[in-house]
Amino acid sequence: MTRRLGAAATFAAAVMLLGTAHAQIAKDTIKIGVLADMSSLYADLGGPGSVEAAKMAVEDFGGSVGGKKIEVVSGDHQNKPDVGASIARQWFDQNGVDMITDLTTSSVALAVQEVAREKNKVILITGAASSDLTGKACAPTSVHWMYDTVALANGTGAAVVKAGGDTWFFITADYAFGHALERDSSEVVQANGGKVLGSVKVPLNTADFSSFLLQAQSSKAKIIGLANAGGDTINSIKQAAEFGIVAGGQKLAGLLVFVTDVHSLGLNTARGLQLTEGFYWDQDDQTRTWSKKFFDRMKKEPTMVQAGVYSAVTHYLNAIKSANSIDGPAVIKQLKSGPINDFAVRSGKIQDDGSLVHDMYLFEVKKPEESKGEWDLYKQISTIPGAQAFKRPKGNECPAVKG
Amino acid sequence: MFDWVHISLPPAQALFGQLLIGLINGSFYAILSLGLAIIFGLLNIINFTHGAQYMLGAFCAWFLLNVLGIGYWPALILAPIAVGITGIVIEQLFLKRIAGLDHLYGLLLTFGLALIIEGLFREQYGSSGQPYVIPPELQGVRNIGFMFLPYYRAWVIVASLGVCLATWFVIEKTRLGAYLRAATENPVLVQTFGINVPRLVTLTYGGGVALAALAGVLAAPIYQVRPQMGSDIIVVVFAVVVIGGMGSILGAIVSGFALGLIEGMTKVFYPEASNTVIFVIMALVLLVKPAGLFGRAA
Repeated sequence: MTRRLGAAATFAAAVMLLGTAHAQIAKDTIKIGVLADMSSLYADLGGPGSVEAAKMAVEDFGGSVGGKKIEVVSGDHQNKPDVGASIARQWFDQNGVDMITDLTTSSVALAVQEVAREKNKVILITGAASSDLTGKACAPTSVHWMYDTVALANGTGAAVVKAGGDTWFFITADYAFGHALERDSSEVVQANGGKVLGSVKVPLNTADFSSFLLQAQSSKAKIIGLANAGGDTINSIKQAAEFGIVAGGQKLAGLLVFVTDVHSLGLNTARGLQLTEGFYWDQDDQTRTWSKKFFDRMKKEPTMVQAGVYSAVTHYLNAIKSANSIDGPAVIKQLKSGPINDFAVRSGKIQDDGSLVHDMYLFEVKKPEESKGEWDLYKQISTIPGAQAFKRPKGNECPAVKG
Repeated sequence: MFDWVHISLPPAQALFGQLLIGLINGSFYAILSLGLAIIFGLLNIINFTHGAQYMLGAFCAWFLLNVLGIGYWPALILAPIAVGITGIVIEQLFLKRIAGLDHLYGLLLTFGLALIIEGLFREQYGSSGQPYVIPPELQGVRNIGFMFLPYYRAWVIVASLGVCLATWFVIEKTRLGAYLRAATENPVLVQTFGINVPRLVTLTYGGGVALAALAGVLAAPIYQVRPQMGSDIIVVVFAVVVIGGMGSILGAIVSGFALGLIEGMTKVFYPEASNTVIFVIMALVLLVKPAGLFGRAA
């Protein structure tokens, strides 16, 4: 009896060991990881929507490439770089994940980019904004897919200054993203003849901006630049309306605003806000067709981050097919070799430093009477060609490329 | 040496404006910590669900307005009653069973409930939040010389001061309050006098929860109505209660307003620390007076 038990136990142990060893031998699944903020202030602009977009891309691609099945896994980095980096490390080392995408929150993206650099794995960043990702922190297997702080500054920043807003005060989220956005926007403001009168750094995920808005008010700057995003931007704009900031003659510049933020604020509060995005669901037939499929699943229209995930995953799978390899550097080489053109990214080309230069658009939020539907929120003011949008000043370049 | 601390002294005007804003934020801390202090004082339960109940109050107000067309003023009464009833249900179903056990059980149970409630709402409503309009009677700003004060924020200070003082009065100066305080000290003896202590306990929990919901209704027009609004504020409120002294009603009210003021000042002089200053103070207070500023050592 004991001998049989012993034999059974040894057999079970052997099977288990075999099972774990199997994962380390030849891979028969391609795994794509969506690492996003699933539960906090950025969850609506990326989050579960990004996971769904990745799944849609895999389904539309056919579910497999080169005989290998494709699987999508997801994780919540909670906007903490250490949590994000440890999930990325575990994914790459133990769970056989080949590529990580979304990566909303610049501090997390920067941390994960270091892990990707160490392991030579591909990351396609659609959520984070900081231009440092392709600047001083650039990595060879990373692509910054949809937008960055330089494009936002060249878009909204330049448009606002040229329209007469020549003195600025920044309300900045006190972490990597906010600092980068304030820095890049200040440069554009000054390059266009404006002045930055001051700034205040606010902890991430602040509910009450009244104190900071008061400081902005007393600076008497014509423009209050909001170098924050998601829930922070929503709170800033809502409370600015409450304190009569706009009525008092100052204007708000939302430097990073997503369609989900405007939907949450309502058109009455957000009307007239100018913003730069890389994608809007209602731009043309192509965007509308894809967005309808997304809406049927998520019951919300997609943001540029979520459309970017679909675009990035699709091009990644195509690159694996063309290069016939899942090796990081080989796939990146394939991605960089040709143009990137789809419903979300127009006239795009990945540069040596990893930034995907493509057309951006300046939008303005509609007035309530102009809107014909719950998500009919933007009107397009102009197209900003990639070269102009992503043009960055000296001092912010990727060291490997600068040469 | 201290060049990392940028002390830019604002003009005296701006300072008064910041003080007033600090007072407004302190109002929310005061009402919430009052509810917590009452619940801890009588039930000996560390009510971690308080933040979720604050959020429920805000969502209830939003629901009343957007689904039933009931405005802000009735919501001030209806939402706390509705959420208070859910609180009573929680007390009857869960908290009664762990009465008399170690504090940790109550903490874990209420924390778990908070996570469930927040998760359900986030699943349903997303995290960007729902807009809630400031009631028309309170819209607009008034230039009071050193700042533009929105009428609604002035109302928040008035309402919360009123609620806090009324609650303090009931507990310290009325017979009902006397029963409550007696039941905290010696429930068995109070029961022998014919007072229905279990019912008192249930109603008190419901009352504390209703206070949280009231704070939620007050917050709905100025902060977005989001599922995370409770967890964002509850940690700070706990720090306030600890500083004031767990179980001390006056302590909760005074610390709430005072810490709102201190946080407001930090936002002017060193805004990067505005998130953490209350916890620094809590650490200092615990070192010097572990029972809290107004608390009595157990």
